[in-house]
Amino acid sequence: MSNTANFPLLSLIMFTPLVGAGVLLFVSKPNAIRWIANGFAMLGFLVSLPLWFWLDTTSPDWQFVERHEWIPSIGAEYFIGVDGFSVLLILLATLMGAIAVLSSWTAITERLKEYYIFLLVLQAGMIGAFVSLDFLLFFVFWEVMLVPMYFLIGIWGSANRLYSAIKFFLFTLVGSVIMLLGILAVYFYNHEVTGVYTFDITRFHELNMPIELQTWVFLAFFLGFAVKVPMFPFHTWLPDAHTDAPTAGSVILAAVLLKMGTYGFIRFSLPILPEATRNAVPWVVALCIIGIIYGALVAMAQTDWKRLVAYSSVSHMGLVMLGLFALTPVGITGSILQQINHGIATGGLFLLVGVVYERRHTREISEYGGLAKVMPAYAAVFLVLTMSSIGLPTLNGFIGEVLILQGIFVVNKVWAGFAATGIVLSAAYMLWLYQRTMWGTVDNPKNEHLPDLNLREWATFAPLLILAVWIGLYPKPFLDRLETSVDRVMARVSSVYPPRNVLHDDGQDAAELPALDGDVSDVIEIPVRGGAR
Amino acid sequence: MPAGFSAADFLYILPELVLIGGAMLLLSLSVLVPRRDGLLLWTALATVAVTLVLVVRFFGLDVTAARGLLAIDSFAAFFKVIVLLSAALTLLMSAPYLRVEGIRVGEYYFLILCATVGMMFMASGVELITLFIGLETMAVSFYVLVGFLKPNPRSNEAAVKYFLLGGFSLGILLYGMSLIYGVTGTTSLAGIAAALRGQDTSLVLVLAVILVGAGMGFKIAAVPFHMWAPDVYEGAPTPVTAFLSVGSKAASFAMLLRIFVVGLPALAQEWSLLFYVLAVISMTVGNIAALTQSNLKRMLAYSSIAHVGYLLIGVVVRTERGVAAMLLYLGVYLFMQLGAFAIVTAQRRSDIIGDELKDLSGLSKRNPLAAFAMGFFMLSLGGIPPTAGFMGKMWLFGAAIDAGFIWLAVIAVANSALSIYYYIRVVVFMWINQEEPVGSPIVIGPAMKVALGVALLGTVVLGIYPQFLFEQAEVAARTLQGITAATVVGGQ
Repeated sequence: MSNTANFPLLSLIMFTPLVGAGVLLFVSKPNAIRWIANGFAMLGFLVSLPLWFWLDTTSPDWQFVERHEWIPSIGAEYFIGVDGFSVLLILLATLMGAIAVLSSWTAITERLKEYYIFLLVLQAGMIGAFVSLDFLLFFVFWEVMLVPMYFLIGIWGSANRLYSAIKFFLFTLVGSVIMLLGILAVYFYNHEVTGVYTFDITRFHELNMPIELQTWVFLAFFLGFAVKVPMFPFHTWLPDAHTDAPTAGSVILAAVLLKMGTYGFIRFSLPILPEATRNAVPWVVALCIIGIIYGALVAMAQTDWKRLVAYSSVSHMGLVMLGLFALTPVGITGSILQQINHGIATGGLFLLVGVVYERRHTREISEYGGLAKVMPAYAAVFLVLTMSSIGLPTLNGFIGEVLILQGIFVVNKVWAGFAATGIVLSAAYMLWLYQRTMWGTVDNPKNEHLPDLNLREWATFAPLLILAVWIGLYPKPFLDRLETSVDRVMARVSSVYPPRNVLHDDGQDAAELPALDGDVSDVIEIPVRGGAR
Repeated sequence: MPAGFSAADFLYILPELVLIGGAMLLLSLSVLVPRRDGLLLWTALATVAVTLVLVVRFFGLDVTAARGLLAIDSFAAFFKVIVLLSAALTLLMSAPYLRVEGIRVGEYYFLILCATVGMMFMASGVELITLFIGLETMAVSFYVLVGFLKPNPRSNEAAVKYFLLGGFSLGILLYGMSLIYGVTGTTSLAGIAAALRGQDTSLVLVLAVILVGAGMGFKIAAVPFHMWAPDVYEGAPTPVTAFLSVGSKAASFAMLLRIFVVGLPALAQEWSLLFYVLAVISMTVGNIAALTQSNLKRMLAYSSIAHVGYLLIGVVVRTERGVAAMLLYLGVYLFMQLGAFAIVTAQRRSDIIGDELKDLSGLSKRNPLAAFAMGFFMLSLGGIPPTAGFMGKMWLFGAAIDAGFIWLAVIAVANSALSIYYYIRVVVFMWINQEEPVGSPIVIGPAMKVALGVALLGTVVLGIYPQFLFEQAEVAARTLQGITAATVVGGQ
């Protein structure tokens, strides 16, 4: 609504879950803990809703800004604010957070208090990362998320939980500490040029760093973000973490934490390092394509239901990254929308696995079969989310995929071909999964009397189904909110910079670089939401 | 009154005099009223507290006292505060431990204060002999303290080892100092710097740098001079280990900075390279060795070796920011390291030594607050935000990046990530392994509560709002650099 907030709405959104965690410290009755945790998670979602309505979709400025001194000695500030892109991710985080808490009601029976405290702290960390406009503050929240997630996997996870938890922790940590060095390099460069010590990313967005420094910093950022996305070949922690995490952990991990990586690329890598980004396109695209195809093929070979969904994440996030690195407005818009879609669909799929796991305590696909007869409602929800995941028209996945494909197609038809192959493969493994678990006869006697979805489980799925259909039929409100965010990124990665060979004295470099410039500037003329309407 | 000592000089060393007076009083009291443990503790604490108040008043001063032997400046004050705080926390955590071990407290407190006096002279000294005497005072006190568990062979072994290796290293250090004196004809650091200005680097001086570097390397336990550390850390009484790993290390770093930054700027290239190598191998060897330890004290010993590696970054880059970052890191290290050792100390009960990693099993069930604190200290040592350790590491790595030591920074962050593996293992034992706790319940007495509370508060507050420490570290670092500049004018 206004540029500088009169009311610290973002802080309120961020601290609501933390307050909940604080209150839980003093509660000991199991049901009281559950009610309070659910209350605060729900409240956290409700207080974030005004963002959707009050966001000025036409303003290119940062909104709901709060700015206070933090460490003046080094110029770090408590500087938070949002644009349309972060608003969508915050809403996704608060919604999925509330759903994750609700889904744990009966699934978690041990050490309840600690469990909900970790979930709520994780929630606060995620929101903090999405609202930070100070790079150091962002990094603090970014790392804060590791600890609760480590515990969620390590304490409440399944068989191999300790291994998976430490793997998750170390992979992400290695990536992010290298990223920290990149952040510091930008910080000191900024001081060299402007004479000001600051971590203010809006200032970093205006920097024109020399290409060599950009390349190094890009590599550093890339390690941090690519591990989180996760991109091939940094994805190996993901299947383990997902498989062993408790349901709520998987849901949060898939729906929100993975978006941290893509968020980082869009918010930091692209606008701060536009030149290096453009140079990196062929390499990143190659990794994306490998990830898309490889993730899909490996998903097809899985016998573990949850692992299959985890590998599908690798494939889908590869597509999201590919759309992003097409560096076209349509591609980036599609990429962002697909992040939301992936959160809804994959988050929902993990919830679904959780539902049957809670009843049967196995995730082996071969243990199931014919569930549609026993649990018709469950099968229906599963069908909708499967379709959403593979991009059936009228559901959300379709819109995202079309935009991404359109964005890629104008840049390079071969890439688009690979992306389309990935989509086809995803239909194959998802439908095959559906066929093996839902259809056929109930040949396992243990499955004969499984209860169908109860009211609480319905409540966890209902918002996801509504969103899937809403975005599928009428994505305009979502796309409207992304317009200025995408413009901001495009303004940096497209035309501000002189042609890159001007920066090089020797002609050799210019010859080696990919001939992408011309294509990108052609594409810019295409209206942002051309494909969606 | 010796010639040249003015009344003002006595004012400047008043904190040290108070400390010595308190130590003497303690020694007398322990003879006169030997059974009054509480009284002795209060006397020791009161002495440290008064000294702390006096030292804080010296912040912002920048004078040379006692005929050029001592610098009374913010740099010295910063280190003195660290040393005094670590002495105070050590005293607080010692009481119940001493009771369980059956140690006579009078001499123990006396020696802690003596060591502290030595450390304070190490922080203030700007002359080789003064620095050396400070170091000796500290070292001799520690030789006795390490062997304080008389019936325990591990403690005796540690004392002998520390004494022999310590004596050897002091010899090397002294030899290096004598070479410097031979070349320059003065023991004053400012004089040395002045004498060496514009001179070509001679082989003798390089040898002196190596010898002094090796001698100091022993004291800070940098690889390859670290062999004594794990055994001594494990064998010594736990609070002594804590004091050794924080107070002694901080004071040695102060002395190291003075000697090299103030006294030998002419050889900066050489010693920067020397410490580059020491930093890299210290953090790498320390972290890799820590991975496999099953004894908590040994693990913390190796971890502290790794931390020496991080701290040396500040010496290597030798910029004002580097030194400031180092001071900042020592400031946060004080709280997190002492906090971790406070928990290990509390683990000692009448029926169990409690310093094995597995002895921590089930701590979260039995004493959630202690387990939380320990977890927080571990994360802080590992450098995970929002703990103080993160702020310290971030700024050290920043100083390296700023000065262009990119690879040093990369090696450091890789090490820092690796270290999480063994820090998190502690957390796993406390929180995740649901084995039955061993030994009798942990009793955390009031003094220990204060020590733990201060350490935890420091680690939390400096992680979330570290501005105060940043400011002080910057001021202190500036005075050290200022001395370097001042030598041009004031050299003898």
